Amino acid sequence: MFGPSETSVIVECSANTTCAVIHSIGTSVILFFVLLTTFAYTTLLERKFLAAIQQRVGPNRAGPYGLLQPVADGIKLIFKEDITPTAADRVVFWLAPVIKVVPVLLVAAAIPLGPDITVPWFDGKWYHLSQGLVDVNVGVLWVLGITSVGVYGVVLAGWASNNKYAMLGGLRASAQMISYELSMGLSLVIAVMLAGSMSVGDIIDAQSDIPILSWYVFQNPLGAVLLAVALLAEVNRAPFDLPEAEQELTAGYHTEYSGMKFALFYMAEYIGMVIVSMVATALYFGGYHFFLVDEAPILGPIVYAIKVVLLLMVMIWVRGTLPRIRYDRLMTFGWKVMLPLALLAVVWSAVGVVIQEELGNTPYTVYSIIAVVVFVAGLFYFTQRAGQPDTDSGRRVEMVSMSGGLASAALRRRDVPTAESERDGTD
Amino acid sequence: MLSDYAPIAALLILSVVMSFVILFMSRLFGPFRPTRRKVAPYESGMEPYGPAIRRIPVKFYRVAVLFILFDIEVVFFLPWAAIFRDLGLYGLATMGVFFFVLLVGFAYEWKVGGLEWE
Repeated sequence: MFGPSETSVIVECSANTTCAVIHSIGTSVILFFVLLTTFAYTTLLERKFLAAIQQRVGPNRAGPYGLLQPVADGIKLIFKEDITPTAADRVVFWLAPVIKVVPVLLVAAAIPLGPDITVPWFDGKWYHLSQGLVDVNVGVLWVLGITSVGVYGVVLAGWASNNKYAMLGGLRASAQMISYELSMGLSLVIAVMLAGSMSVGDIIDAQSDIPILSWYVFQNPLGAVLLAVALLAEVNRAPFDLPEAEQELTAGYHTEYSGMKFALFYMAEYIGMVIVSMVATALYFGGYHFFLVDEAPILGPIVYAIKVVLLLMVMIWVRGTLPRIRYDRLMTFGWKVMLPLALLAVVWSAVGVVIQEELGNTPYTVYSIIAVVVFVAGLFYFTQRAGQPDTDSGRRVEMVSMSGGLASAALRRRDVPTAESERDGTD
Repeated sequence: MLSDYAPIAALLILSVVMSFVILFMSRLFGPFRPTRRKVAPYESGMEPYGPAIRRIPVKFYRVAVLFILFDIEVVFFLPWAAIFRDLGLYGLATMGVFFFVLLVGFAYEWKVGGLEWE
């Protein structure tokens, strides 16, 4: 196996100033350009995958299979006219894209991308260094705090444009992002509680005992679902893309932006998708852990990338499947469904951890299985009830803020009059 | 302790500098021929009507206030969660009290209609 021999000198990178400086600068540059490339190709992945969902071909002119499409888009945006509207607050208008995009990039700093590796260098020594920039001991807090800073970019862009669409889009975005941040924070608390540490690296390593089965998604599926929904709302993705609802608000908070200023917002949105997938992977899907990674740490980033791409495809799939929800329902869903469920999920894991600590692993396993069964049964009951007449009020039960998909499927299944049956008189 | 964050400074400087480079790229390479109609606020082709920054519905303000209240309570959960395994039953009981107070506030909020939109 490739690795240092008995006689070679191993230097701890964080203790060696030169190595630490080179490592941090090198990793920053790599991280930045990898994220930039990922952004470009996420847009292509989204367009291709959405096209496949809608039975279209998608972009296929620029390069083989449209692989050069992101390059073409970028060049087009560079040569576009960059307009600053007369009514805009010029300084804030120019600063807002930067305020939006920088926090998104900074979140990636706290996430380790693989186990520590030992690599040879030209001076004949071996260096033991971490994959990923730095694993700060309050990583989860870092993620929570830095993602909130992005809200400023949105609201300042909407305000500084001095445009009605932008103003409304910015307001909507900020209200939505702060509403869902509560449930996001609580679902992060669950992972912290299970691992007993706030460092993202420790949380990832706590999920490595048994491959796949010790991922936290199996210990608290409710928390994972809530985190997924909250993160979708946090990056303003469909079905929570109200701030950019083009039928109502043209382009929302970035209506007045053109050229590369627009590209920065676009970049922030797609890198945001990648970053929240990275966070969800780290906290609930075992991070870089999978078979073989412990033997060959260099595989860590590859495993991580595969998981992130899978989550990205789920996000695109959701966009291709679910219709956008109404704004009042979005807020109601955030406060009246997500928040109580998130509190419930915290209690679930808190009781679980106490059982594990006081009584041992076997009662904990029993408790977990019972909890998961109750969760699945509740989910099943809830989806079955949707579309049924409520016995108390006589009104039809609706799934608050969920798409028409589940409810209308339930409608078709039951003998509730549909448009066709009323027309045919067959009801 | 603070030196832990030094590598992040590298990423911060890099991303700020690169964002500004990207920001001014179109101004460097793109055309720049503003006309009065072109730089007017976009309003679907109509003449802009009145100022855009007007009075904001109070419900947005209410959401912001509620967020601050609950977000602080969520932040209280974090340090507790980090050492919860060591605290055991004691931690569960004390946090249960806090949790109960939080729930009472939340239920009151719900009851008086603070969570209704419209």
